[in-house]
Amino acid sequence: MPEKARPPRFQLADAVFFNLTRGAAFLVLALLTGIILSLVHGSWDSITHFGYNFIFSSSWDPVAEEFGAWRPIQGTLITSFIALLIAVPVSFGIALFLTELAPAWLRRPLGIAIELLAGIPSIIYGIWGLFVVAPILMDGLPIKLGESVLFTIPPIQPWLTEATSGIPLIGKLFDGPPFGIGMFTAGLILAIMIIPYIASVMRDVFEIVPTMLKESAYGLGATTWEVVWNVVLPYTRSGVIGGIMLGLGRALGETMAVTFVIGNSYDAIESLFHPGNSIASILANEFAEASAALHYGALIEMGLILFLITFVVLSCSKLLLLRLQKGDGSHS
Amino acid sequence: MTATSSTPKLAVRSLNFYYGNFHALKNIHLDIPEKKVTAFIGPSGCGKSTLLRTFNRMYDLYPKLRAEGEILLNGENVLNSQTDLNMLRAKVGMVFQKPTPFPMSIYDNIAFGVKLYEKLSRAEMDDRVEWALQKAALWNEVKDKLRQSGLGLSGGQQQRLCIARAVAVKPEVLLLDEPTSALDPISTAHIEELVHELKQDYTIAMVTHNMQQAARVSDITAYMYLGELVEVGGTDQIFTKPARKETEDYITGKFG
Repeated sequence: MPEKARPPRFQLADAVFFNLTRGAAFLVLALLTGIILSLVHGSWDSITHFGYNFIFSSSWDPVAEEFGAWRPIQGTLITSFIALLIAVPVSFGIALFLTELAPAWLRRPLGIAIELLAGIPSIIYGIWGLFVVAPILMDGLPIKLGESVLFTIPPIQPWLTEATSGIPLIGKLFDGPPFGIGMFTAGLILAIMIIPYIASVMRDVFEIVPTMLKESAYGLGATTWEVVWNVVLPYTRSGVIGGIMLGLGRALGETMAVTFVIGNSYDAIESLFHPGNSIASILANEFAEASAALHYGALIEMGLILFLITFVVLSCSKLLLLRLQKGDGSHS
Repeated sequence: MTATSSTPKLAVRSLNFYYGNFHALKNIHLDIPEKKVTAFIGPSGCGKSTLLRTFNRMYDLYPKLRAEGEILLNGENVLNSQTDLNMLRAKVGMVFQKPTPFPMSIYDNIAFGVKLYEKLSRAEMDDRVEWALQKAALWNEVKDKLRQSGLGLSGGQQQRLCIARAVAVKPEVLLLDEPTSALDPISTAHIEELVHELKQDYTIAMVTHNMQQAARVSDITAYMYLGELVEVGGTDQIFTKPARKETEDYITGKFG
């Protein structure tokens, strides 16, 4: 035996450690399969009864036991899309300002404020959306100081309807009665909820861009915008897309806030101002009352569909990244 | 351009530079003649990079840094608050300590800077890209893979790509901030040859921590120490019979 050989108990410790970490990693896989299996099991009645029609049917009648997931799927996708449409540019602006333009003393407080925004419970966003945002969207709000009105926030919904009326397609989107609540409001609240996630990821990845790389672009005479758009953004692409996906994942599954403001209606969606519903809001509203086996199964199947939508969205983003990386071999 | 070979391309007059309260450059007077290589040597922290970064006002990106005095490019003071910084930086190109290719194709790396200021047709841009890569002695190595990422090149090639990128916008002055410090000896030799070629068309100011390099490639050498310009003169003279004792000590390796 050479003197330097380590005693066997270390080898034992290594083996134990290896197996512990492996166990932890495999636990994730086990959980994932477990969740999928129980969702499939729970929705089996509905799957066998409705088949593929379940996805594309827009009837929802618990009394007649007619169930279809099309409206909630539409609602989920539309509200999440509106949320991304608003949140991505705003978050980009926030991250750009925080990393490139803001004076040093402002960066930390603003950054912390944005992270705090992410910590607000979603039910508070829901209440705020229903009692504050929705009435303002509908009626506007005069800002008063004492007795005098300083200025008035215009009633945004009627204003949008008027501004876009006559424009083909877009006019249709903003048509309809200004209820305050509805798809548009839900998308707006979702946007506010996911901005902190997207903005803080974007800020973090913008910060890791080497100073010298940015200076090289400035050194050619590029403006801040040109540097960020042409150099910083391509350099941090995978991180930025990751941040957007994080936000999208949150928007797709957000329940409480959406349930408050989406309107919970099964009617056909004629415009963005119409009330609608989403998969998550339907589950929150009906789960407690679902006594019939088929109703219960249909709700679980919607959960399964939500799971699949998230999975598909994530896979698409991974594929997109792979393709972009082949294009010009980006970092990270 | 009215500048003749007798008037300096860049003239530095009573330049003082501050990092907050720290006085980094002290009363610098210096002429950088056209189409010559001027090398700045001195121990770390002597202010040579700082001086270089005042020529294109790169320091302006950061708060609390300020320069006082005059830096005349073709007789115009670039420290003037009315100076258009983007135009200045298009005229005064810069290459850094490490290669910094942009995350895009080799072609786009070169075209990026050109597109900022010129509207060229497709064919003109192709010509410009080829011209710049030829200038940087990189064309033969990359002509078949212009669409590939600039990040796929070796370190030395990347640095020549960065030089090509700076040359492509047709600047008047090229600033090289320790351009070979991250490169192997062969790549370094390539870059030094290139500097020799480029000075036929450009005014070059170069910071180096390598005295042999300064001796090999420069026409004029400036020795700096603790923010002061100790001595400046023809490279031959500085390396053979420096006027100041401090310069001699540094060059002979007694100090630094």
